[in-house]
Amino acid sequence: AVGMFLRLLSDVRWRAANPKWRRTTCSQRSTSSTAEPHPVSLPAQAQVVICGGGIMGTSVAYHLSKMGWKDIVLLEQGRLAAGTTRFCAGIVSTARHAAIELKMADYSNKLYQQLEQETGVKTGYVKTGSVSLAQTQDRLISLKRIAASLNVMEIPCEIITPKQVARLHPLINIHDLVGAMYVPEDALVSSANVSLALATAASRNGVQIHERTSVSHVSIQKGRVTGVETDRGQIQCQYFVNCAGQWAYELGHSGEEAVNIPLHACEHFYLLTHPLKEPLASTLPTIVDPDGRIYIRNWQGGILSGGFEKNPKPLFTEGRNQLEIQNLQEDWDHFEPLLSALLRRMPDLEALQIMQLVNCPESFTPDMRCVMGESPTVRGYFVLAGMNSAGISYGGGAGKYLAEWMVNGYPSENVWPLDLKRFGSLQSSRTFLRHRVMEVMPLMCDLKVPRWDFQTGRQLRTSPLYDRLDAQGARWMEKHGFERVKYFVPPGNDLLDLGQSKTFYKPDWFDIVGSEVKCCKEAVCVIDMSSFTKFEISSTGDQALESLQYLFSNDLDVPVGHVVHTGMLNETGGYENDCSIARLSKRSFFMISPTDQQVHCWAWLKNRLPDDSNITMEDVTWKYTALNLIGPRAVDVLSELSYAPITPEHFPSLFCKEMSVGYANGIRVMSITHTGEPGFMLYIPIEYALHVYNEVMNMGQKYGIRNAGYYALRSLRIEKFFAFWGQDLDAFTTPMECGREFQVKLEKGMQFVGQEALLEQKQNGVYKRFTMFILEDHDTDTDLWPWWGEPIFRNGRYVGKTTSSAYSYTLERHVCLGFVQHFDEKTGEELVVTTDFINQGDYEIDIAGQRFQAKAKLYPFSSLFTHRRRKDELELSGYQRE
Amino acid sequence: FYLTPPQVNSILKANEYSFKVPEFDGKNVSSVLGFDSNQLPANAPIEDRRSAATCLQTRGMLLGVFDGHAGCACAQAVSERLFYYIAVSLLPHETLLEIENAVESGRALLPILQWHKHPNDYFSKEASKLYFNSLRTYWQELIDLNSGETTDVKEALINAFKRLDNDISLEAQVGDPNSFLNYLVLRVAFSGATACVAHVDGVDLHIANTGDSRAMLGVQEEDGSWSAVNLSYDHNAQNEHEVERVKMEHPKAEEKSLVKQDRLLGLLMPFRAFGDVKFKWSIELQKRVVESGPDQLNENEYTKFIPPNYHTPPYLTAEPEVIHHRLRPQDKFLVLATDGLWETMHRQDVARIVGEYLTGVHHQQPIAVGGYKVTLGQMHGLLTERRARISSVFEDQNAATHLIRHAVGNNEFGTVDHERLSKMLSLPEELARMYRDDITIIVVQFNSHVIGAY
Repeated sequence: AVGMFLRLLSDVRWRAANPKWRRTTCSQRSTSSTAEPHPVSLPAQAQVVICGGGIMGTSVAYHLSKMGWKDIVLLEQGRLAAGTTRFCAGIVSTARHAAIELKMADYSNKLYQQLEQETGVKTGYVKTGSVSLAQTQDRLISLKRIAASLNVMEIPCEIITPKQVARLHPLINIHDLVGAMYVPEDALVSSANVSLALATAASRNGVQIHERTSVSHVSIQKGRVTGVETDRGQIQCQYFVNCAGQWAYELGHSGEEAVNIPLHACEHFYLLTHPLKEPLASTLPTIVDPDGRIYIRNWQGGILSGGFEKNPKPLFTEGRNQLEIQNLQEDWDHFEPLLSALLRRMPDLEALQIMQLVNCPESFTPDMRCVMGESPTVRGYFVLAGMNSAGISYGGGAGKYLAEWMVNGYPSENVWPLDLKRFGSLQSSRTFLRHRVMEVMPLMCDLKVPRWDFQTGRQLRTSPLYDRLDAQGARWMEKHGFERVKYFVPPGNDLLDLGQSKTFYKPDWFDIVGSEVKCCKEAVCVIDMSSFTKFEISSTGDQALESLQYLFSNDLDVPVGHVVHTGMLNETGGYENDCSIARLSKRSFFMISPTDQQVHCWAWLKNRLPDDSNITMEDVTWKYTALNLIGPRAVDVLSELSYAPITPEHFPSLFCKEMSVGYANGIRVMSITHTGEPGFMLYIPIEYALHVYNEVMNMGQKYGIRNAGYYALRSLRIEKFFAFWGQDLDAFTTPMECGREFQVKLEKGMQFVGQEALLEQKQNGVYKRFTMFILEDHDTDTDLWPWWGEPIFRNGRYVGKTTSSAYSYTLERHVCLGFVQHFDEKTGEELVVTTDFINQGDYEIDIAGQRFQAKAKLYPFSSLFTHRRRKDELELSGYQRE
Repeated sequence: FYLTPPQVNSILKANEYSFKVPEFDGKNVSSVLGFDSNQLPANAPIEDRRSAATCLQTRGMLLGVFDGHAGCACAQAVSERLFYYIAVSLLPHETLLEIENAVESGRALLPILQWHKHPNDYFSKEASKLYFNSLRTYWQELIDLNSGETTDVKEALINAFKRLDNDISLEAQVGDPNSFLNYLVLRVAFSGATACVAHVDGVDLHIANTGDSRAMLGVQEEDGSWSAVNLSYDHNAQNEHEVERVKMEHPKAEEKSLVKQDRLLGLLMPFRAFGDVKFKWSIELQKRVVESGPDQLNENEYTKFIPPNYHTPPYLTAEPEVIHHRLRPQDKFLVLATDGLWETMHRQDVARIVGEYLTGVHHQQPIAVGGYKVTLGQMHGLLTERRARISSVFEDQNAATHLIRHAVGNNEFGTVDHERLSKMLSLPEELARMYRDDITIIVVQFNSHVIGAY
């Protein structure tokens, strides 16, 4: 069967026609077309060693060599394109939810289209188009959201009726459909041949390719890659690229220092049939029926159909390695639901004869997105793997971004959603991965509704207050393995069903969060925010201050006890991290970063702090429980619990004091709330957490204290126009672009990273601008809710996308945050965005194809407005019981 | 409000029990492979009982289901005592003597039965002495009666049933100085129980039945399909012979009042039963015992009430009807169950469901297309069929549980409907009895290899 597949899905003759693989190291070798050339000895050293000859490895080699890097060796343990790549279904689909994935797929499609011409290798590229079907209205909404994204990227795309579907495909049963999305430029390829074509081009550019060579060990010295050991000898190298697909996890553990690559393989089945009596045209579009969990493409006059079942079968948990993926067992009983879905979709196929059921393992990751980038612990160790069964669609784009990353230091797009550093070692337990991928694989077809939470691998990292909060009705979400409260279901309301939150419309927690927000505004709430990343940086002398002054954009040379909001910028002025730093003493600093910064920020600082034993950096995330006391009465609660005066005169905004609360000593109290509301953050040594929480709740009773969750926080920060890193801010946005010049000290008397770029922006203006939109004609009860990623239109022209949104209970309107760009009407060239450009436009936000008028603002509503409003309500509601 | 599948399972599995006959030298020489049993209450507390034991001094295995009425006391007593009476009836003279001598001289007693009990199946500690004494009296009489003939199983079963019922009656008449025991023996006598007992020894299967529980043999035909063979007759108004028998035993004048509304004297559903002295004793005896009995008995309207047209007692007997069946290799299993099962399921369906369960668990081979010409439609048909066959199988490790799942949850298409199952199981106590009866099931699996070798 393996032999048959090589013939069917790739083209063996190609090997004979292109025998010059190893020509580079062995120029005297004749170009004889013998079947198995003798192995050529490996070079002793190379700049880059790529491990894995599938679509990812060949794509990285192709792009690196195109960018001018020549000294590259690609090692494949079996034969090129013989793993998952050879078996994969060969569908190139751009219908993706995440913008970065969409861009990768679009680039891949364009690359593959011209690859045959470029290399002379037949890639089997056929532009068939694809049709994604919707059996439900919710599915159609989901497709419309994708269509809105595709359209603004100028990828042709159409929402069509079931009747139009029938015209595109003769076999399809349309009776249960409500609509579909047609992407006419999607394509089919022979995936193995695409990979071989990339290899051919790379080889021509000087890349050496060695088959039947497996990497047994990656050598690491002083945190840097120095070489690899293979079964055929050693190679010294500066860069190592792990493209080992489902073996990437094991390979990551084969060095002196483990590189955690969280992915796990699952069996994946698809069916091949003999041709129909009247063979299907090779141009017939691919059908994706997510509600039926299947895809169907034409294949040699017959069909190829597979899918993503609800009960996947994970495999190789214990890490069984093997040269090539032998054809694994067919499991028809397992395939039965998918076969039923296929026959329901195309009933006429009943009489079609089966050729084979192919079992082709695919690797999946904990969050359904691929794994890309440099290891946080080993410099020069790059990874590209975990494609969640979309390897062909992403292959070209992913290879390009990784090559750019290696050559330029960073890709040309924000790839944080794919960055290896979004994971820590905590996502690398085999048990965790096994359980999580069993949830992830079915999700490929599940409806992606806003605010979705994974159900497996939970309760890994928790606050000491977890049980207390849970008992009070907390509903949880997870970030970086840490459980965080979404909101609290009030007692007596506990029949609230999780399923009802899964909607594109107004969710069932609307009023619950509303009352939490109200309490934050009028009384006081406590939010457990322990998941925040916390570092302590100190030194014996001024080394810490000097280093941090260089690495952070704001001035950190402030009096002891002050808190500074600052960006951690890269050379182009973009945010690598957005944090709050408290100066604890002259020589030590306490740094608070977003939860998912734990790995990235650590690696960033580690790589840039001077190699000086006088500076110490410690991750103290686990040592402190963080409670956020938000609201006008926070000061009253805290006053009663401490002898230290904390009235605004003694404790102004952005202050930090170590003090006692109740019986507990050494609590770091900061006058910030991350929401723009008055209040305090309490960083409590974990053993005191329960005590302080109890004290706060008891004392707070008379001030109307209650628990609140992150949904309330989110609503508060968005209506105050607070940007969040990872959501609104990324490595491609600068403080100038989001109105945060005040958090940058351009003249602090010394250089800092990104300074030049910012100075230039200050002089020449910015090309995008962070803007706040208030939806005008949007009905919260009946209209679709915005989420993020919605296109923004100015005077009818596309100018950017939203990055986050929330309902503002104060304004009683939806607020979207997003970036506005200025494209030249004729050339499409990016122009400087001025305040006038923002203010003089009529804006619309496109939610799943429906446009809503929006008012653009560059500054939040004055606190005076909200303050007065609050005061009125306070008197009316009689909250005070003093 | 619905129960989740795990909640349903925990209810269904609460009383499940399985026994596998142990193998010696890798071989099971018994004709019985093992049995699965389970019960699902509708009454609170449940009035059904079950028993299973291996005879240690003779060969063979005993299994029985007991359906109590007017309380569970009688069914409980019968489940504890009947197998001892049967075992003793089967014992050869020498063994009886040996046992009697051991008791007499205070030596350790030869064990007679090895019980196979679920932790919820209990024995009454307080009454054990009393029960033992009655049993000893029985074997002493057997010793005295020594006929010298080898014991016939059928006769032994009939004797044991009748003797136990007699002892129940006598114990109630004599009473006990201990007030707790006194009340207990009266409750046992005034409540009733049916019994359906199987005795398996090699290829010889005897079913002794009293009342309306039922024994059914599952037979696999040559084409692999399943059929059911009844091994007992219900003793109720639907059984003409039984109605005939009752009429024969009483004067013609009573003919009209004997069976009313399909009930004995218009009151009792089963026509044979243990206990139920209200249908056995004379009016005088009943009045005497009730009046001299404890207050609880005296105040009970049911015990004081004398059935109408009560002229020529006894109207009821515990004597069983015994059927002998010689096991064949195609006889794969035996189902013993109280009427709670048979009210909801036809025996043919029972045979099919258990048969497919027992074979399906072992014989679901993976399919491979190989080089065959198979169309998608054919494959789909094959797979859906396989799926239907195994749909609920994987949830159950116990054939009796599997059968209860079907009995309670079957929809009109004969497949388990979770919603229905959930509804039926979440009925409040006071309603449950209106929708279903207590169900008790024992499924005995036979060893075709051993049976074929006879």
